[in-house]
Amino acid sequence: MSAPLQRPKRKNPILRTRLPTAPPAARSRMAHGLTAGAARGELELQVCRDCGATQYPPREACHACLSDRLAWRAQDGRGELVSETTLHLSYELFFRERVPWRLGMVRLDAGPIVIAHLHGDCAPPPARVKVRACLDKSGEAALFAVPEKETPNMADDRQLREMTCDPKFRKVLVTDGKTALGQALVRALVAAGADLVWVGHAEPWKKFAGFDELAALPQVTLVPLDVTDSRNVREVAAEIGGRVDILVNNAEHHRAHGIGDRQGVETARAEMDVNYFGLLRLAQEFGPAMRARGADGQSSAVAWVNLLSIYALTNFPPHGTFSASKAAAHSLAQCLRAEMRGSGIRVVNLYPGPIDDEWNQLLLPPKLAPAALAQAVVKALQSGVEDVYPGDVAQEWLARWRDNPKALEREVSS
Amino acid sequence: MTRRRAGYDGVAVAMPVTVPYVRYSIRGAHWWIGRAMAELCQRSGVRKEEIDGLCVSSFTLSPDVAAGLTQHLGLSVRWLDHVALGGGSAVVSLRRAARAVQAGDADIVACVAGDANHVDSFRLNTANFSLFARDAVYAYGSGGTYASFALLTAHYMRQYGATREDFGKLCIAQRASALANPHALFKQPLTMAEYLAARPLATPVHLFDCVMPCAGAEAFLVMREEEAAARGLPWARLLATLERINAFPGDPVQIRGGWELDRDELYGQAGAGPQDMDFLQAYDDYPVISVMQLEDLGFCAKGEGPQFVRANGFTVDGSLPLNTCGGQLSVGQAGAAGGHLGMVEAIRQLTGQPLGRQVPDAELGLVSGFGMINYDRGLCSGAAILATGARAGTG
Repeated sequence: MSAPLQRPKRKNPILRTRLPTAPPAARSRMAHGLTAGAARGELELQVCRDCGATQYPPREACHACLSDRLAWRAQDGRGELVSETTLHLSYELFFRERVPWRLGMVRLDAGPIVIAHLHGDCAPPPARVKVRACLDKSGEAALFAVPEKETPNMADDRQLREMTCDPKFRKVLVTDGKTALGQALVRALVAAGADLVWVGHAEPWKKFAGFDELAALPQVTLVPLDVTDSRNVREVAAEIGGRVDILVNNAEHHRAHGIGDRQGVETARAEMDVNYFGLLRLAQEFGPAMRARGADGQSSAVAWVNLLSIYALTNFPPHGTFSASKAAAHSLAQCLRAEMRGSGIRVVNLYPGPIDDEWNQLLLPPKLAPAALAQAVVKALQSGVEDVYPGDVAQEWLARWRDNPKALEREVSS
Repeated sequence: MTRRRAGYDGVAVAMPVTVPYVRYSIRGAHWWIGRAMAELCQRSGVRKEEIDGLCVSSFTLSPDVAAGLTQHLGLSVRWLDHVALGGGSAVVSLRRAARAVQAGDADIVACVAGDANHVDSFRLNTANFSLFARDAVYAYGSGGTYASFALLTAHYMRQYGATREDFGKLCIAQRASALANPHALFKQPLTMAEYLAARPLATPVHLFDCVMPCAGAEAFLVMREEEAAARGLPWARLLATLERINAFPGDPVQIRGGWELDRDELYGQAGAGPQDMDFLQAYDDYPVISVMQLEDLGFCAKGEGPQFVRANGFTVDGSLPLNTCGGQLSVGQAGAAGGHLGMVEAIRQLTGQPLGRQVPDAELGLVSGFGMINYDRGLCSGAAILATGARAGTG
């Protein structure tokens, strides 16, 4: 069983912070099919539509019947560990810094042989295991074999932690504590073991509902933070940026209007200022410090979470300008992801459907409870995914969008 | 009913050439292959213009392929092949060249393998070895072939009770043979204690289980018997070959190579069995694969490799001389030339011109090749049986 994670010792400020390195990132276009599933936490392999054979490694033609009709299908990942090795030497810096490193060869019940990172709790071969698809520090899909049945402290495995962004013993910044979601996020992160949570509030002269309860949590430190104020963002980053391990940007401006029923651009500009430029300001000020700390010991900088919206995928006309600002933020988050990837910082994007708050008053249920969304964020960090579509509405929109984006565009506007 | 394969009557294999290996060199693959070609010509007396067939193996020729090499070296040929089967290349090159010579498509074929080794080139080659390796192996710990062979070795040991001492015995015997070979990069004897105490690379593979990458080249000539005789060249006869790619894809972990499928035909074609072989030049990038070859080539039954190793001696004067120049484990692995090392040594032994010690009265020998860890296993298996045609100094 894995040794439970211990609170890391205080960092010696004299020692040089180890710079982040990354595992090999080169993949073929076919192999990115695996990445697409891993980004959502799913193990998906190619299955032949003609003969049903499951394929791995990813390929262009079925190994059994030569058909090119290969479709990515979810797998349960169950199989038998048939051989293992512990690597003591590697060609790449990332693994040289982390050996010994356990690897296994697994025969999946579905047929293929896979080479996978091997959890410390897996029994020696022959043993039953379950293969998951994770994202590694390069953001590429990686197969990880874990015991078939959950073991104590399983998430604390040293190798598995290289694939996840567990908040336990980490320091987190939640950019807006004023909203119900912000407060739910703080509570969920504290419950997940976060050591310190900085909570931003944009108008420090005003005491918001729930302020006292938040301030009473021993892990919480409230910081004045207004993402529309470049100078303020810079000052806060100068003060705490070098210690933030996980940044959760939930600051959001949301008004329910399209184009024709509102005069002028002020509301749209305010949405852009928080939802898009706010992200840009934070990324410029906090990004470099986090990037530099991507391998800073057990509690390294590890993740950046963006509250986007399922409306980022296709515009929801009743909330048209809000959708547009989230689409802009979604695009910028892809840029941030590209810039963060080499340092091992994962950019996690949340695409919820309507949250159960005052700005969605006129929408029918189901609406996502702030506590449920907060739980989804913690789970995403613990499991190491990067795209999260929490709740029934988001899942349905995603399915419709993947099936036919043009149909979704027409459906939501009628 | 399978059609009976034609023999290799009339084919002579001659002029074993080794360009001495170095650990690192700033030279490119073209230099190594060029030196080998020059020595082939110089020592055989065959003029470059007379070589009308060329068969090349190399991992580091890029961006060139064999055609580019002809222009680089000023060769004009009417038969050209580029055999990219890694450690399986030597047997396959010989078998292709022999047919070309038999059919008259070429008169004198140079089979040459050479590779560069710069300080960082092995890492780059490993990272980009194949599509499957890049997508599904290298990102998992970024080990080299030693990581893949660790998985095969661990499985073999568990399946058949082989011990590290069994593998060590082969490595130590080869080191003893290597001490007589001036080209071997390893020049110190190896003891069992040193072998066992070596640092682990990927358990259960330790330092002396693993070949050392280096730069070098190997080459030989294939021609008609009369041609070799007329030129006064010592030569060996080719009796039989086998080639099998991607055998037993259903085995979850590689526990055998393609030799097992085709060995009866191989020995049938040669009219000899494993017990008749005066030596075995097995492909030895890792000792586990040598043990698999002992089994799959019929020296013992599957799973009896460890017992066979314990019961036999593998030095030049042992009961089964194995990798008599020291093998890749003690000489070094010069990329694709690694697969040619055993072939060139076999020609030397059968023609009485060894680099190191001569196997007494060697007349019949087996060379096997193995290569291309494309994903989780070696895809290419090859074997050839050669016999003495004309020894040096007797022509």
